[in-house]
Amino acid sequence: MYDVLIVGGGPAGISAAVYLQRFKRNIIVIAKDHGALGSTTHIENYYGFENPITGKELVEAGFAQARRLGVNIHENEEVLSINGSGPFNIKTNGGEYLTKTVLLTTGMNRPNLRVKGFTTLQGKGISFCGICDGFLYRNKKIGILGAGDFMAEELEVLRNFSNNLTVFTNGESLSVSTHEYPVVTEPLVELLGVDSLTGVKTQAKTYDLDALFIAAGTPSASDFAVRMGAFVNQKNEIEVDPNFSTNIAGLYAAGDCIGGLLQISKAVSDGAQAALAINKYLKTITS
Amino acid sequence: MTVQITSANFQKEVLESPIPVIVDFWAEWCRPCQMLGPIIEEISNEKAGLIKVGKVNVDQEGVLAGQFRISSIPTVMAFNNGKATAQVIGLLRKDDLLKRLGF
Repeated sequence: MYDVLIVGGGPAGISAAVYLQRFKRNIIVIAKDHGALGSTTHIENYYGFENPITGKELVEAGFAQARRLGVNIHENEEVLSINGSGPFNIKTNGGEYLTKTVLLTTGMNRPNLRVKGFTTLQGKGISFCGICDGFLYRNKKIGILGAGDFMAEELEVLRNFSNNLTVFTNGESLSVSTHEYPVVTEPLVELLGVDSLTGVKTQAKTYDLDALFIAAGTPSASDFAVRMGAFVNQKNEIEVDPNFSTNIAGLYAAGDCIGGLLQISKAVSDGAQAALAINKYLKTITS
Repeated sequence: MTVQITSANFQKEVLESPIPVIVDFWAEWCRPCQMLGPIIEEISNEKAGLIKVGKVNVDQEGVLAGQFRISSIPTVMAFNNGKATAQVIGLLRKDDLLKRLGF
């Protein structure tokens, strides 16, 4: 059982990890990739560097710093689901973990599909949460949008509710098994329906659907938060109190995923403050 | 106090209510619904006599949920004089929820 499992290895996550490790907490960092910073080539507004650095350099330096202190970082591992509450059960594409607290620092990754109808049909047949809404589509025609582990995870949930499932990869190549379910790889050009979703259209064909579940790419911090019943605002930012705690005991969030200034300096500060608050919280819980 | 709404009492409790009604469509297995539960309860106590607050368990009342095309839960609807006046999807704080329901 870990004291803290940190989802995300950017400046907020690693900063928190450094503090928590120094508090001698039993922690683990699950880092899918280098996040938004990984593709930033030129940083010159962050304290302490004479010359511009790349995001990749900064992230790697953060990993090295944390590892020197003994932090356990699992790179290239993706968190797929978070269940329970105190302890939390975390499932990744590499294993399962039990932890007393979770800190979400995955950055901001807003689900966005540039297809006609996507915005207007949200909540009217387009869903982001199989475990929340799947039951409402028992034995109905369900589409799942995605091509990787996240999609496979949603598929596992949704096949409990219906056998009439179709996977839409929207042009991506499929990287996981979809069991016996049909797969459409052509990109979607339109989501159909006025009051509610009636189907989806590719260049070549129209498919009748009652619901389309979005599970493209990697689940974002807000995807986890919504599933767990944490408050998420309309900008998809997780709402936290001054201690970086969500409304769920033991679930914390920091960095870009809680909004505010989307800068490294702020993420580092968030991570440090969250670490202090989590350390204090851990002292109040037994087990 | 919230009222349990079913297909059988929907007409009387919601459509024929002399005061506005808030209806929470929920299910036991839905965690956001569980977090919304106490907020709904709070509204029912604070607005007692002004707004009636009802709950529809979508597992037990599939027909009612289907009638209002509930496709995501929690969904909260407002009714006034027999007509649906607002619909809000997802977990919201009390003030936000009331505002978006038009109260």
